[in-house]
Amino acid sequence: MVTQRAVEEGEAMESGKTTQKYFDVCSIIEMNADDIKEMDINLNTVVKVTSECGEVFVRAVIGRQTCPPGLCHIRQGVWANQVVPPRTQSTGEPQYSGFPVTVEPAPEARIVPAVELVQKACNKWNGKLLWPM
Amino acid sequence: MQEVIKHVACPYCGSCCDDLEITVDDGKIIEVKNACIIGTEIYHHASREGRVGSPRRRQPDGTYKDITYDEAIDFTAKMLIKAKKPLIFGFGSTNCEGMAAAGRVAEDAGAVLDNCASICHGSSFLAIFDTGYPSCTLGEVKNRADVVVYWGSNPAHAHPRHMSRYGVFPRGFFTGKGARGRKVIVVDPRYTDTARCADHFLQVQQGHDYDLFDAFRMVMHGHGADLPAVVAGIPKEKILEVCDVIKAGRYVHIFFGMGLCHSDGRNHNVDIAINLVRDINEVTKCTIMAMRGHYNIAGPGVVWAWQFGFPYCIDLTKGSIAHMNPGETSSVDLANRGEIDAFINIGTDAGAHFPIRAFEKIGGSVPMVTIDPSVNMAATVSDVHIPVAIVGVETGGICYRMDNVPIQYRSVIKPFNGILTDEQLFDKIYERMQELKNAGVESDGKWEYATPLADVRPVKEVYE
Repeated sequence: MVTQRAVEEGEAMESGKTTQKYFDVCSIIEMNADDIKEMDINLNTVVKVTSECGEVFVRAVIGRQTCPPGLCHIRQGVWANQVVPPRTQSTGEPQYSGFPVTVEPAPEARIVPAVELVQKACNKWNGKLLWPM
Repeated sequence: MQEVIKHVACPYCGSCCDDLEITVDDGKIIEVKNACIIGTEIYHHASREGRVGSPRRRQPDGTYKDITYDEAIDFTAKMLIKAKKPLIFGFGSTNCEGMAAAGRVAEDAGAVLDNCASICHGSSFLAIFDTGYPSCTLGEVKNRADVVVYWGSNPAHAHPRHMSRYGVFPRGFFTGKGARGRKVIVVDPRYTDTARCADHFLQVQQGHDYDLFDAFRMVMHGHGADLPAVVAGIPKEKILEVCDVIKAGRYVHIFFGMGLCHSDGRNHNVDIAINLVRDINEVTKCTIMAMRGHYNIAGPGVVWAWQFGFPYCIDLTKGSIAHMNPGETSSVDLANRGEIDAFINIGTDAGAHFPIRAFEKIGGSVPMVTIDPSVNMAATVSDVHIPVAIVGVETGGICYRMDNVPIQYRSVIKPFNGILTDEQLFDKIYERMQELKNAGVESDGKWEYATPLADVRPVKEVYE
């Protein structure tokens, strides 16, 4: 998997990371069309992405900027960073590009909002969103 | 009364477009001309409802209560004095004046000072230290370059006006035909929107950029015939064809982006890119430039290199003796090892852009202050959130473009609710720290005092 910037993500980020817009454009995974077919994933349904250091639920799409088979892309931001390995090869830079992930269909699962993900990881989640989307 | 302010520089990406026209009416931004969709959003965001107008303190139940600037500054100063190894991270989105003021605070606090380059173009710095940086300004690219390579970067999305202002489309002094006279080569594992503008698109296998650079270098050294049939997913014939385009160019320029710095190999990918530039210069003229992300992320590299001798990952825990060792003093590694005991997140969002496994070790356990105009992910878990004026919108200052050219930014409206700028805030934090250090800090009924750094000998004395 790789994670990089997209113009939609940049615009939504400037509107605010607690907005519905940011949620919509960043909680998606762009995959290769053949991979999606082969794995029996329905477009726009939720999938579970698991890496060596975590898991995240996102929506599967093909996207205008296509990936070759075997590669997928989550736009940079809260959802991608749930699975990015923090190892840095002694350079200070985490492994944002090129780490193995497993993608599997999970159509019933809920995509967790950004604030909830971050606050839960930091043990500061009190059960309700203070910034309603 | 409506007023149009011209030649405004945009506070979003490293292209620093300085031709914006902003229409302002009664302290509100009405219209933004010439900016990309993201820049436009920044300006409109400044005038929108729901801005944070005063510092806020997180309550035990997770809600926030407004506090005064004095209280917020007092909290931050005490936090810095008490901490043995505080980390001040961010600075991608502020001006050089704010960075210099923060440098003074960091030195006094014995902090680790780091900027977003640490998780962005930090490994480019390492390669540049090793190999050198045969670069130029963006003006030279516009006026001279007839072969432009975008390697592992996607300006169509990350620097939306870069291709139209500098890289692909503009007509310059020696490039009067504009896009028709330029050959554009894009190397990326994904078929990006930038690739759609390319004359030659090389879909390199993810993580194999080094192999492809090596192949290019072989061809430049005259060993093209010895290439294997396929290198990093690219057929030999295609590599030879692209190398012929490069050799035929009068002026070749390579822009490289996160695709090199974030993949396996990190600085080595950039290292070999610079070496390729040296090889191409045997045949024709060639320069290289990093596609810096934020509008002033080149700034800390300039300001702190002047203040401390290092551009990022600066460990000032020994007071006036700075040292830098990425992997040891870099933010993500410090977080991974749980080594820091206080955190200031300024002009960035570690909550959203650090890997969560690193951020949870900061956000979950150490006192934290976020300095940012808007509510970001780091602010949602911070003890104190201090809003500041938006550079380029509410305050001016110097910002360095991606080619290290300083651009004078300007303010178009007054700061919302009279909030402070980064420079004012850090100066006040510094003053409060001096007051507290002189008086001693009271905490939990006993006097707590940061270890004085007076016994650290000045550098001059050490060498005498």
